Parts: sequence; C-alpha cells; structure tokens
Amino acid sequence: MILMVVEHANGKLSKSTYEMATCARELGREGPVTALVLGYATATVANEVALLVDQVLVADHAELAQYDPEIWSAAVAQIASEGDANAVLIGGSRSGREYSPRVAVKLDAPLLEDVVSVVSTEGVVLAERYTYLARVTEKVTADAPVVVITLKQAAFAAATSGTQAAEQFDVELTLPQRRVQITGKSLEKSSRISLAEAEIVVAGGRGVGSAEGFRTLVEGLADVLGAAVGATRAIVDTGWRPYSEQVGQTGKTVQPKIYIAIGISGAVQHLSGMGKSKCIVAINKDADAPIFKVADYGIVGDVNQIVPAMIAAVRK
Amino acid sequence: MRILALIRQVLDAEETVRIRAGEVDLSASKLVVDTMDEYGVEQALRIRESGVDAEVIALAIGAERNREALRTVLAMGADCAIHVTTELALDPIALSKVAAQVAQQEKIDLIFCGGQQADWDSHALGAATAERLQWPQATWVSALEIHGQTLTGRHDAEDGSEMFSVQLPAVVTTQQGLNEPRYPTVPNIMRAKKKELRVVSMESFQVEPKLKVIGAEIQVRARLHKILDGKDASAAAAELVELLRNEARVIA
Repeated sequence: MILMVVEHANGKLSKSTYEMATCARELGREGPVTALVLGYATATVANEVALLVDQVLVADHAELAQYDPEIWSAAVAQIASEGDANAVLIGGSRSGREYSPRVAVKLDAPLLEDVVSVVSTEGVVLAERYTYLARVTEKVTADAPVVVITLKQAAFAAATSGTQAAEQFDVELTLPQRRVQITGKSLEKSSRISLAEAEIVVAGGRGVGSAEGFRTLVEGLADVLGAAVGATRAIVDTGWRPYSEQVGQTGKTVQPKIYIAIGISGAVQHLSGMGKSKCIVAINKDADAPIFKVADYGIVGDVNQIVPAMIAAVRK
Repeated sequence: MRILALIRQVLDAEETVRIRAGEVDLSASKLVVDTMDEYGVEQALRIRESGVDAEVIALAIGAERNREALRTVLAMGADCAIHVTTELALDPIALSKVAAQVAQQEKIDLIFCGGQQADWDSHALGAATAERLQWPQATWVSALEIHGQTLTGRHDAEDGSEMFSVQLPAVVTTQQGLNEPRYPTVPNIMRAKKKELRVVSMESFQVEPKLKVIGAEIQVRARLHKILDGKDASAAAAELVELLRNEARVIA
C-alpha cells in the first residue's frame, strides 16, 4: 500500500493532505492509497479524507492530541510495516520534516526530503528536489522496497474529493513514552492572512529605514492589497519585526502569485525563501541590488516616495 | 559531560554554484562551516564556559577538505576534533549511522546539529541520529539552558514557538537566534593547530548511500525585468500598479 500521513489542524484537513493525495495517486507504486489519521477527536478529518483515498486508518486517542516526533514516527513506522507499505508520504511541514527521518531509520528506508516531483518506475523512485538554498534542482533516485517521502508544500496540485467515501478502520498502536515535555506555547497570532497561504505578499528590508517606516510602507501597502507581510532576516534581527514574518533560509518559504519586495537588496538567503514566487516586484534605490535580477517588475527609486504613491494608485 | 558538535562543510552562500557534468562541482569553490552548525558549536562552548564540566568534540564526515572546517571549529574553542574520511557522497540518513556510532564510542551526552543544511536544504541529520541512538530530540532550538541532566528551552513549532524540557542524553538542532557565534581570534587559531584532530577511516562504519544524485541543474526562471525609473515617483508608481493590474493581472 501507499501510506499517506494526514496533516490536519483545528479539525480540518490541511491543504498539504490534498496535495499528498495527488502525489499518492500519480506515484506509480502498487496498492491502495491509505490515509493514516493521527490525533484526538478526528472524526471530521477522517470523513473528509475518506473522499480522497482508498482506505482510511484512524488512531483517535487523547495521547495523540499533542504532536511528538517519537510518538508520530513510531505510529507511522508500525502501520507501514504491518501494511507492507511501499511508500510513505509525509507533509513537508516543520513537524513532517522533523519526524520523517526517524521513520526512515526505523524502516531502514531511503528518505526523499521536500520533493517537488516524484515518480516510481519499475521499483526505482526518481524525485526532484531543490538544493543549495533553492538555487539548484537535483534529481535523485532511490532503489528500495519502501521509501519515505516528504512533499514540498504547494509543489503538487490539490486533489479533488470524490463522492464515494472509503472505508475507515480503527488501528491499535504501541506508542513510546513522551520524553520531550512541552511546557508552554506562544502562538504567533496575527490579524493578517498567513504568509504560507497568501496569494499576495508585501515584504520589507533594511531599506524601509525604521520600524515605523515598515508600518507605514509595508503594512500600508499590504492593507490596501489584502496581503500578508514578510520581512528579511536583517530587520528581524534588529527587532523591528517578529520572527514569524521572516522569509528566507531560516524563516518561511513562500510561493505567492505576487511578491513585492520593498527596500530589500536580495541576499541569496532571502531569495531562497521567495525566489519561486510567480511574479516578483522590487522597489529599491540601488539599481545594482541583486533583487532586480529576479524581478519581473520594479522601480529604482526612493521607497518613501514610491510606496505611498503606489498605495494611492491602488486605492484609485 | 561530553558534547558532540556535528560539522558540515558547505558552499559559502556568497559563492556561485557551478555545475559540471550534471553535478554540483565544489572543487574550485570556497567552502565554510555551515552557519547553522556554528550555532551548535557556540552553544556547546557557552555550556562549558558557564562552569559545567564539559568537553566539546567536533565531528566532520567527508572529503579531506573538511579538516579546514574542523580547524575553524577548534579555533573557535572546541577541545578536539574527529574527521571520518570518505569520498562517498552520503545522504543524511547514511551519515547519521556514522554520527551515532561515533557518539556511542565517545560516550557523548549531548549532540548539536544544524537545523537545516545549506547544501542539501535537509533537516534530517539530527533527527536520524537521535533515532539511531534511541534519544529524544529538540529541533529548531532558539534558546537553551542546562541544569544538571535537564535541558530547557524554546523551539520553533508549526505556528509559533514552544517551551520544552527534556532529559539528557539528547540531540538538539539549532535555529537562528540561539546565539551569535564567535570569530576565532589569531591566538586561538595558533592554539588550534596543536589541538587533537583525529582521522578515522570510514570502513569500520559499514555505511552505504541510500540515495543517488543523477542530475543537477541551476534553476533559471525567466523574469520580465521591466524596471522603471522612479525619479517621478507618482508616475512610476501609477505605471507599476497599471502593469500589475492589467498586464500581470496579479492584483485587483
């Protein structure tokens, strides 16, 4: 079977689960597409995913309410072994990429991380993935009876739900003790739409001059466009903006329809987080800034004059 | 306490990636210690400097050039270094087998590893090493304290951050914000030349790559490069908004 581990949050399937279903259907390995739901109070999620796959395995326990890499990897490896899975698909979220290496070690399987395409032909899996800060696309192969694959977010089209619901089965799991205690959480709540899901992102760098400049220019433009807000590492480090807004190598990776970079020079670490955006717009006073090399549109000029003029033009 | 810092030597981010015969060619490129690994070294040194009786051991696995990276880490202040030599291109799952065996041989209590690697863009080495040792892991750690056998700290989770607590032995992977890594000073660079750098052959570890890289291409994405002169700010802004609305059709 092809096993996919369902990603869900707040009682709903995540977009990545629909993407996994597409990947599973087109992978080219034998067997039923099987969804594994791990969590607590997951009935809605299980019913939703039943419209995407051939069968659903459900482990609905209070002890699965809080994610843990050791518990998740033990559960997934147990089901993969018992069901003789030939592929295990895991989302490319922080947690998916955290526990998937443990699953690979448990199954003595190759791990294909954060793939943007994957196909299995005569037992050999061929995948493409981005490397070198997303500057290179590498093709890798794995020749093994079972492979563990994490999927890059938004790289696969979302599958559409069918009308026939697949059968659901409860599974018994032998789970390890939780060893990492989570003693507190600080959720970064924002009234804005999330960076990962936004179609429009307006981002600011050192060129906005100050925290106040960021609010007027970047947030000002984002407000009129209904956009999410992003920032470079440099201004997160200075404390002007929270880490949750950072785009780049050590922050978030985004792929919106349009990315508007205001006062951002375009260091390679930043480009690795936004270079796949469909349309890139740059506004910067330095005509030689590397950001212009990846820009579809741009203005060379003073952000303090141009951005307010853009806000006015959008309002018109 | 014995602390192991996993070190990977990667392409300097400022360098251009070169491809030859379908693979990334680093032979003429400047290589550096992965920044994410430097956070781990720095944190290990701070634990030792805080008065904990700790020894900091750096481990690199790979071609001979890796010794430069280990010398850098010794100059930062690590006590000794181990270089497992191999010309094999090993994926993180294969590498973790070596790292875990070295950790056992060296009676390690705490391992630091970079949260993400700048060459493979991988997150796997720390978690896979933890699994092989049957240790817990804390990933993307941006603040860390140690009290006896207990590690407490903060790490990045799916949306926001979490405070955690875990008992040693454990694997910690790093994240930006954990610390500001120090630069080696000239006296420390001189001192580092006398520190132990042990070279070990790969053969004893019985490792085979799980993946094969069969091609690599530099990403080129055609961009329009319509760059306007902003001397007349309002005219340029109006023209840009018009282009985004009616040509690119990306805003309403």
